[in-house]
Amino acid sequence: MMLTLFEFIPPSLDYLLLAPFLVVLGTACLGILVEAFVPRKPRFIVQLVLAVLGLIMALVLIVWNWGSPNLADPWSDVIISGTVMIDGPTMAFWALLFGFGLLAIILFAERNLHAGATSFTSSAASVPGSNAETEAADAGLVHTEVFPLAIFALSGAGLLVAANDLLVLFIGLEILSLPLYVMVGLARHRRVVSQEASLKYFLLGAMASAILLFGVAFLFGHTGSFDYAALSRGVTFSFGDSLLLAGIALIGVGLLFKIGAVPFHSWVPDVYQGAPTPVTAFMSVCTKTAAVAAFLRLFYAGLGGMRLTWQPVLAGVAILTILVGSIIAINQMDIKRVLAYSAVSHAGFILVPLVGAATLTSGMMPGTASSVASIMFYLVAYGFAALGAFAIVTLVRSQGREVTDLAAWAGIGKRDPVIAVIFLIFLLSMAGIPLTAGFVGKYIAFVAAWQGGYWWLAMAGVLGAIIAVYIYVRVVQIMFFKDPDGPTATITQAGPATWIVMILCVIGTVAFGIVPGPLLDLLQSVSTFILPAGS
Amino acid sequence: MTSLYLILAVILFSIGLIGFLIRRNALVVFMCVELMLNACNLLFVAFSNHHGILDGQMAAFFVMVVAAAEVVIGLSIIVMITRTRRSTSVDAGTVLKG
Repeated sequence: MMLTLFEFIPPSLDYLLLAPFLVVLGTACLGILVEAFVPRKPRFIVQLVLAVLGLIMALVLIVWNWGSPNLADPWSDVIISGTVMIDGPTMAFWALLFGFGLLAIILFAERNLHAGATSFTSSAASVPGSNAETEAADAGLVHTEVFPLAIFALSGAGLLVAANDLLVLFIGLEILSLPLYVMVGLARHRRVVSQEASLKYFLLGAMASAILLFGVAFLFGHTGSFDYAALSRGVTFSFGDSLLLAGIALIGVGLLFKIGAVPFHSWVPDVYQGAPTPVTAFMSVCTKTAAVAAFLRLFYAGLGGMRLTWQPVLAGVAILTILVGSIIAINQMDIKRVLAYSAVSHAGFILVPLVGAATLTSGMMPGTASSVASIMFYLVAYGFAALGAFAIVTLVRSQGREVTDLAAWAGIGKRDPVIAVIFLIFLLSMAGIPLTAGFVGKYIAFVAAWQGGYWWLAMAGVLGAIIAVYIYVRVVQIMFFKDPDGPTATITQAGPATWIVMILCVIGTVAFGIVPGPLLDLLQSVSTFILPAGS
Repeated sequence: MTSLYLILAVILFSIGLIGFLIRRNALVVFMCVELMLNACNLLFVAFSNHHGILDGQMAAFFVMVVAAAEVVIGLSIIVMITRTRRSTSVDAGTVLKG
């Protein structure tokens, strides 16, 4: 056989198009240097400014690139030997990831709630309850590693959404996951729970990655290439279709795990509950967005031809996810677990238009929102609501500690109506009540599924949405109409960081609920995946 | 020939997966994950040989690097939790409901 070992073709790169991703990666690396060389006192503020500036710069570069002629041209040199694809959806998902990531990182910086410290432990290495821990807390040490960790996770997410190659998909997923495993274990209070959540997330996440990798190996065996383009050509191979089907199933399991779909959702409530709340906010939005985006590109661009095979299976997963998420959420007594199960049900609602696969290539009626655009809109709506809701969870406290027990939340609406009403707006958006972004998101999601021929799935989604409303009605009822019996929590005065996040989330939720048109048109214009002709 | 490697890889992967599900020591569970990754590596190299291209062998190197990074993170998390709980069992003193 001929091995073209010495024929090296340097990959062509369009650095301007890659710039948003490179800036985020560079910011993370700079963060490590800051950690090493900047003295302890100013380190926190330097890390924060660096992280915020880096992400803002990435967002500016995305706006700069928006509508770039190269973005929509499959023959442009934006791909690195076909491994990374920077097209409309990549730019849109980058904007989502880095925008919401920025909000979450601002939330990390809140220091008013712990008498000058953040939500993160002073000394992650010390045993909970030990003298070393107390000393570190008394000395006022602050964990600043969490900023570069979060930015590394974001850069992994950025790579994941641009991955046009199975190996890059795996690497991106790992760069996203590894920092998250650590971040989950960094809570200041309830550290034992936090560490346990970290261990659980790590072990289950590592298993999911291994399963995904096994699927990658199968698909590689089937096509002889890691390229999505080769995958879409459906090169058949002497092993027949069994390798292909097994590979798709295994990769699907790995990605559905990250999305948090039933039956791979068991980690979601535990990890969301144990993680420091700002990290939960970060994960609930950014991990889901990145995993959904990777799933979309692989299954639409790479495996679009196999649509009739995977659609029915995913339809079942979507219905199960919506039902299990909504029904279990109803009898949870911990607000973070309620929000976690609600995140599971949202994963199901996102899968509904994904299964519908209403795209221009599959005969979608022009003028309606395609599946990709409706998923993007749903993620925007969900992102604002989830980030805002978790931001408020950080405020509800008793004796300086977060109180997540719903019983202690009783009557909060009477004690601090402003915060309670803001929380109500986020809950209404998650429930999908009209005039919020969540309603528009659910509506166009179901329409896209209907357009794709999955009318029964859309109907099931509507039924599921009605069940899911009860989750939020119950929380509202506890907050506003129930008189407290037993210990109660109060709302701590938020610092500027939390206020910024809350106000932006309220604006986003309400504005996109009342005037969704412009955003929808914008997302629609960048919703077509491009598949390179392949090598 | 390749199908023999395929069978071996599936067996290795299954041992890893079953071990992951039934063993209770966090370190052993973690080793099972590594076994699963190694099954993938074997498969990459076997398919690479079968197709006569080097992509799969290159992939094996990537996987090794990722696995090494995962070991660093994983062992530190396990050490942390062992010091807290004085046990490496994944069941001892669990607080989260699952």
